[in-house]
Amino acid sequence: MSDITAPAYRAIPIIPALKPGAMEGKGPFIATDKMNEALGFPGHLVDDWHDRAIAKMGELLSKYRSFKVFMDACVHCGACSDKCHYFIGTQDPKNMPVARQDLLRSVYRRYFTLPGKLFPKLVGARDLTREILDEWYNYFYQCSECRRCSLFCPYGIDTAEITMAAREILDSVGYGQKYTNEILGKVHRIGNNLGLPGPALIDTLEGLEEDVKDATGFDVRFPIDVKGAEVLLITPSADFFAEPHIDSLIGYAKVFHASGTSWTLSSMASEAGNFGMFIGNYEQLRKIALRIRVAALELGVKRIVVGECGHAWRVAYSFWNTLSGVGSGANENDHFAMMLQKQLDHRYKQPAHICEFTWDLIERNALTFDKSANDKYIITFHDSCNVARGASMGDLPGGQFEIPRNIIKAVANNYVEMPLNTIREQTFCCGGGGGVLPDDLLEIRVKGALPRMEVLQQVADEHGVNFMATICAICKAQFTKILPIYGFDRKVVGGVHQLVSNAIQLGQK
Amino acid sequence: MASIVFAILFYFATLLLVVGLLYRIYIYARTPVPLKIPTTPAPTTTGGVVLRMMREVVFFESLFKSNLWIWGLSALFHGSLALVLMRHLRYFTDPVWGWVDLIQPFGMYAGLTMLLGLCGLWWRRIFVERIRYISTPSDHLMLLLLIGIAASGLMMKFVVHTDVISVKEYFIGLMQFNILTLPADPLLFMHLLMVMSLLVVFPFSKLLHAPGVFFSPTRNQKDDSREKRHIAAWAKKLEASE
Ligand code: SF4
Ligand code: SF4
Repeated sequence: MSDITAPAYRAIPIIPALKPGAMEGKGPFIATDKMNEALGFPGHLVDDWHDRAIAKMGELLSKYRSFKVFMDACVHCGACSDKCHYFIGTQDPKNMPVARQDLLRSVYRRYFTLPGKLFPKLVGARDLTREILDEWYNYFYQCSECRRCSLFCPYGIDTAEITMAAREILDSVGYGQKYTNEILGKVHRIGNNLGLPGPALIDTLEGLEEDVKDATGFDVRFPIDVKGAEVLLITPSADFFAEPHIDSLIGYAKVFHASGTSWTLSSMASEAGNFGMFIGNYEQLRKIALRIRVAALELGVKRIVVGECGHAWRVAYSFWNTLSGVGSGANENDHFAMMLQKQLDHRYKQPAHICEFTWDLIERNALTFDKSANDKYIITFHDSCNVARGASMGDLPGGQFEIPRNIIKAVANNYVEMPLNTIREQTFCCGGGGGVLPDDLLEIRVKGALPRMEVLQQVADEHGVNFMATICAICKAQFTKILPIYGFDRKVVGGVHQLVSNAIQLGQK
Repeated sequence: MASIVFAILFYFATLLLVVGLLYRIYIYARTPVPLKIPTTPAPTTTGGVVLRMMREVVFFESLFKSNLWIWGLSALFHGSLALVLMRHLRYFTDPVWGWVDLIQPFGMYAGLTMLLGLCGLWWRRIFVERIRYISTPSDHLMLLLLIGIAASGLMMKFVVHTDVISVKEYFIGLMQFNILTLPADPLLFMHLLMVMSLLVVFPFSKLLHAPGVFFSPTRNQKDDSREKRHIAAWAKKLEASE
């Protein structure tokens, strides 16, 4: 795959011409029987896949209003058609959000609507064939569930929801993706996506304590499984060993240290990521979220804080209260949720993002920074898609944009924005989200990164930007790999708490 | 004879529209929403959601953000259509309500702007590559049908006048289940037939975007997932074993 090169930047960001079939293919590696079966899916494509797929579609239509309404409401206006980074980067018309939806909608129309049953040609309805099933597998794994299209649709049609439904149908007939399903298995078996067992984790953390001691002279702790700690930190497992993720983990630990907060990690719930969302499977989503509930109950913590991770923050912010009761405001006689909510301290947001936690301390003047420590950087901020359009922070809508930027400006002197139509709620996905991160999808990853790389290049040329901060483990992993292909240094990407870590003064307050 | 056929067709079309739409709405309302999925930033209060929905329905806010061409043409078409429909109330009320009289002059020209908007939308469907790619034959037909309705209506207004007084009497009669004579005017017949086809296809087609938008969870949900526990009945059942 080393022959994959970056597509050319567009001179002016015009809407690209169509290149039908540009990204046709077999899709990502498929999961083995063992991986699928571990999640309760058929091991491989079942013989009666046709009937089962249609039955599953019917089931989802009755369980999810979003899916049902979105199947019906699209008027083919095309407002979303040029909004997807994968379409912009590949020019494959099937990567236009509406066309991606239509891969599924055409089958919906054939089996679930009267006009589709009577006049399939007229309304673009299609019988489900093996070719269509393969097409689903290929193109629904070229969507990162980033929701950019939903922002522009007059009916709020969210292709991410359609993609989740399609993947759910595929899994139900034994046509799973290796990357996601393998990782889901690891999280159940071992506790995190990387498959880092407890003892290895403890080792890593001890090593980190020594490193930080050497670098700063302070005994910054990385506690794990400490009963009675105030804060339980749930962070993506990439933070424990991947570069540049680990620098943000050090940043969190320094913030906890400087503010005198007692905190702990959990070896059982050593993962913030929840890939159950990627495949749209409620049971998986729920099962993975429940680990955090169990850890919180066992450790008796008062607050739950989530590290830098995009889709994880969406799941935590938007879904945890529903899935596992991590949140506030449950009904008195909702025993399941109350069991946990009685224990949590509701003067604080539950769950809280690490950026909310840090910003709160900064606002209360509880942290000291030497901003000049970040002077070698001219910094910009890449909003991660699932934080931007699937979650929030603080009390006001849009807090998810302000709070990380406020932190950066509090710890560094040089900050520059990328163009407005590529940031905040209009941000472009990094190109590797939602299950599109494995190396077998490198081509789509490189091409999908085009819109972000174009504007990064622009601010690099105009303002000398040399650091793009972000708060997502997948963004960090994706850009580390993609940046060199576009001619940047891989170290241009890093976490917000990496900057915090550089500037924070320990032992000051 | 034509009067009776049209009467039967009209009752049938209206019934189908009403029953079909109510059934759809019932299905949407009954289908659970297991997760909080507003497209953020989203309002945190019910009042905020009502405002967001109003901006969406009245001003096509998202479309405006997306593409000024589609926005302009859709706004022109839908705005004109609203005026035209309001103007048509005069054929179903006696005496005509004051405000309907007031908008009469605008309503007449709205027919023209409606046609303009429709033609613009069709032009895009044919000549913009991306939109041509996603269009199905029914998308073209739907526009053609609307163009036909607008054009036949305008013809009657500005070119070959029809006996509107009798048309009005006929419809007021229909509303009282009393079938009078409909003027035998081919343009009028065409106009009415096309309107009836529209009523019939409404609950089975993409015209469902009209009720659909109100049920779209990404637009009608409050952003309060951390403050209030939201759970669907089928999901709550999974907790029984916990
Ligand atoms: S959710 Fe994102 S990746 Fe998927 S179709 Fe929409 S814009 Fe493209
Ligand atoms: S913007 Fe919405 S209605 Fe328009 S084509 Fe896209 S999904 Fe369909």
